[in-house]
Amino acid sequence: MYKVVKREQLTENVVLMEVEAPLVAKKCLPGQFIILRVNEQGERIPLTVAGYDREKGTVRIIYQIVGKTTQILSELKEGEAILDFVGPLGTPSHTEGIKKAAVIGGGLGCAIAYPQAKALFDKGADVTMIAGFRSKDFVILEDEMKKASNKLYIMSDDGSYGEHGLVTNKLEELLKAGEVFDTVIAIGPLIMMKFVCQLTKKYNVKTIVSMNPIMIDGTGMCGGCRLTVDGKTKFACVDGPDFDGHLVDFDEAIRRSRMYSSKEREAMEKHKCRLEGMNSGK
Amino acid sequence: MANKNMAPKKTPMPEQKPDVRNKNFSEVALGYTEEMALNEAARCLGCKNRPCVSGCPVNVQIPDFITLVAEGKYSEAYKKITETNSLPAVCGRVCPQESQCEGKCVRGIKGEPVAIGRLERFCADYSMKKAEDSGEKAKPNGHKVAVIGAGPAGLTCAGDLARKGYDVTVFEAFHKAGGVLIYGIPEFRLPKAIVQKEIDKLIKAGVKMELNVVAGRAVQVDELLESGFEAVFVGTGAGLPAFLNIEGESLNGVFSANEYLTRNNLMKAFDPNYDTPIFEAKKVAVVGGGNVAMDAARTAKRLGAEVYIVYRRSEEEMPARAEEIHHAKEEGINFNLLCNPVRILGNKDGWVEGIECVRMELGEPDASGRRRPVEKQGSNFVIDVDAVIMAIGTSPNPIIKDTTKGLETNKHGCIVACEDTGKTSKDRVYAGGDAVTGAATVILAMGAGKKAAEAIDKAIMNKAE
Ligand SMILES: Cc1cc2nc3c(=O)[nH]c(=O)nc-3n(C[C@H](O)[C@H](O)[C@H](O)COP(=O)(O)OP(=O)(O)OC[C@H]3O[C@@H](n4cnc5c(N)ncnc54)[C@H](O)[C@@H]3O)c2cc1C
Ligand SMILES: Cc1cc2nc3c(=O)[nH]c(=O)nc-3n(C[C@H](O)[C@H](O)[C@H](O)COP(=O)(O)OP(=O)(O)OC[C@H]3O[C@@H](n4cnc5c(N)ncnc54)[C@H](O)[C@@H]3O)c2cc1C
Ligand code: SF4
Ligand code: SF4
Ligand code: FES
Repeated sequence: MYKVVKREQLTENVVLMEVEAPLVAKKCLPGQFIILRVNEQGERIPLTVAGYDREKGTVRIIYQIVGKTTQILSELKEGEAILDFVGPLGTPSHTEGIKKAAVIGGGLGCAIAYPQAKALFDKGADVTMIAGFRSKDFVILEDEMKKASNKLYIMSDDGSYGEHGLVTNKLEELLKAGEVFDTVIAIGPLIMMKFVCQLTKKYNVKTIVSMNPIMIDGTGMCGGCRLTVDGKTKFACVDGPDFDGHLVDFDEAIRRSRMYSSKEREAMEKHKCRLEGMNSGK
Repeated sequence: MANKNMAPKKTPMPEQKPDVRNKNFSEVALGYTEEMALNEAARCLGCKNRPCVSGCPVNVQIPDFITLVAEGKYSEAYKKITETNSLPAVCGRVCPQESQCEGKCVRGIKGEPVAIGRLERFCADYSMKKAEDSGEKAKPNGHKVAVIGAGPAGLTCAGDLARKGYDVTVFEAFHKAGGVLIYGIPEFRLPKAIVQKEIDKLIKAGVKMELNVVAGRAVQVDELLESGFEAVFVGTGAGLPAFLNIEGESLNGVFSANEYLTRNNLMKAFDPNYDTPIFEAKKVAVVGGGNVAMDAARTAKRLGAEVYIVYRRSEEEMPARAEEIHHAKEEGINFNLLCNPVRILGNKDGWVEGIECVRMELGEPDASGRRRPVEKQGSNFVIDVDAVIMAIGTSPNPIIKDTTKGLETNKHGCIVACEDTGKTSKDRVYAGGDAVTGAATVILAMGAGKKAAEAIDKAIMNKAE
């Protein structure tokens, strides 16, 4: 059992948790992830390591409530425990040699992009961070990102916070203005990463993306997380989750991410019904 | 001694009816009653030269245990088996007996061999019901050993060492111990409660289980060696699934058998109380001819699909246990033999729509002695399916190899280890099971775990003196 020592609601449906998992905390590096199972009937889901405290033996996760598992997870209180929590998994991000980077986070992707930005910044790299959100209510980690970058741009789709526009608008503006990045790191919805890559290809800037396909084991055993990168089959859980964005087949990845979507909606509906049933029964 | 039973056929084992069992996940074969066991035991001739024993990779003393069964001494028979085999309830159910013990039985020359596997299962189930194996703890000898991977190889090694008084810790990546016995082989062939009982026994005997630990990531082999473990046994299996690299393999609806079976067995997707989803296919093609293919096919059938096995050789070459092929046929699985997939067809949204195959004929025997299939030009045809499951083999996972300096592997990624001792190229590190041989069998993995336990014990005791 892995105890939740801290639980914080970042926005209406984004939650931060610190979980006691000493083995993971001792070893994890930016770019790696964990897989957890909340309870015996639960699914195994992957979440990125969004921070850690090696001394306290805790790991931070930040997740968006999108379906049943993240919903149940969010219902845990401080002091309660997660049944299974395994990691660190995946290959850590390669940050060596990066001197000037643009780190781009799309919505919740900021939670994954933030530790990468921080690792680069702590190593002395020049970090420009571009964080995009749907609107003001969805903004997360603003202070943290500010502290981990030389320059932070916040964008919102509706203009309710920061600048009006998409992350790609800002990136293009900077590139056009002659900013030279040796690397762009883009983490967010598949569609955002796809468009960032289209743009950076035009400007010939190396781009790293963090892929998040459906996973079960996270150790290279099921092949469920496979992607096509440079025409070859790769397993995101062991070969990634970071890949050269210019080589990833995004359309395939987008298609594969919908494999179980109807079933998942069903599970969430059932869970909601049960909750409502319980509440009304009181 | 009682009269010999000279019937040419094995005493039949009661089974669920095919059209009933292909809709549920309960065990197919129900096991012998006492009466049936006595009847079958009387078929054994107690041969002096014991050919059957030489066919068993762990040398179960077959005529001895069968004699005890015939005398009604079931507990003694069980003890006799466990002298050399620590998981008889499992082996009795899943060993490919026809190519091992039973393949050598003299009764098999004219008629069917003695049903050694079924008798072994009977003894194990009988003792389990009586909860006879107390699994008492041995006196601690003060030495620590780590085992990586809780499959049959790792569990056997751990159990043997614990019984010798070692302080053994098993590190397992999944949230449940058992390896393929838990995530791969389905409930209807090997009930998970039986596997769990075997594991509980080991825990009672003092083995510590550290679940959710991926060795190589959370803890390295070298760290274990530095932190007080005097030896490490690597039994991480061969979990990396192969694909055919044909067109269409990344379409939605194409799965590795590992994924499909793990969703269903480990994550219990078939049970509506569990959250993990599984693709509800209407028509499935399963590519392959081994146990894994049979298990995937029979699972898909139980989940409501019409199922087609696609295998490029003929039935004779199928590596699956004879009983599983027989059961699969009874359950209404369609067999497309001498048939090779060429590509998988998808609709415009990227979901599987069919699989194109080409017919094969058998040519000259290849290096393995099996006749090599060659394509019949122009014989292509399409089977309409909405899912394809690839069960064409697995190889060892590279995580341990990539994170352990000085551990030699061969070109297939298998750890190089001495067959008799499990010793690897790295000091104090032993390995066995599928991680060394590539995908093989439960009993071979157990045999390797056993040999390594002996070698580890010898090495540590020599040093201690
Ligand atoms: C390596 C990796 C790291 C991740 N890190 C984080 C993280 O730090 N924070 C976070 O909130 N999420 C992260 N995710 C995504 C997270 O795993 C999914 O949100 C989670 O599995 C959803 O589970 P659920 O049962 O709540 O929702 P489900 O009911 O399973 O799904 C609800 C909806 O989300 C979609 N969905 C399901 N899985 C994914 C996925 N892997 N990617 C995108 N959409 C998905 C479904 O299609 C469905 O529409 C990561 C995924 C991977 C592979
Ligand atoms: C579907 C299927 C059906 C089969 N049917 C039969 C049959 O009928 N009869 C038969 O004899 N054989 C059968 N086999 C083969 C048999 O199951 C295997 O040969 C046997 O399980 C190998 O045992 P093992 O201990 O070497 O490995 P495994 O059983 O694979 O166990 C390895 C364990 O190590 C764990 N692990 C891997 N990497 C790490 C790591 N880095 N850190 C920690 N833990 C790790 C895995 O999670 C797993 O639990 C079947 C196999 C499959 C897949
Ligand atoms: S362990 Fe397997 S091979 Fe050996 S006697 Fe038992 S069933 Fe036969
Ligand atoms: S070979 Fe057959 S008949 Fe002879 S001892 Fe072995 S099991 Fe009995
Ligand atoms: S999650 Fe199973 S292989 Fe990557």
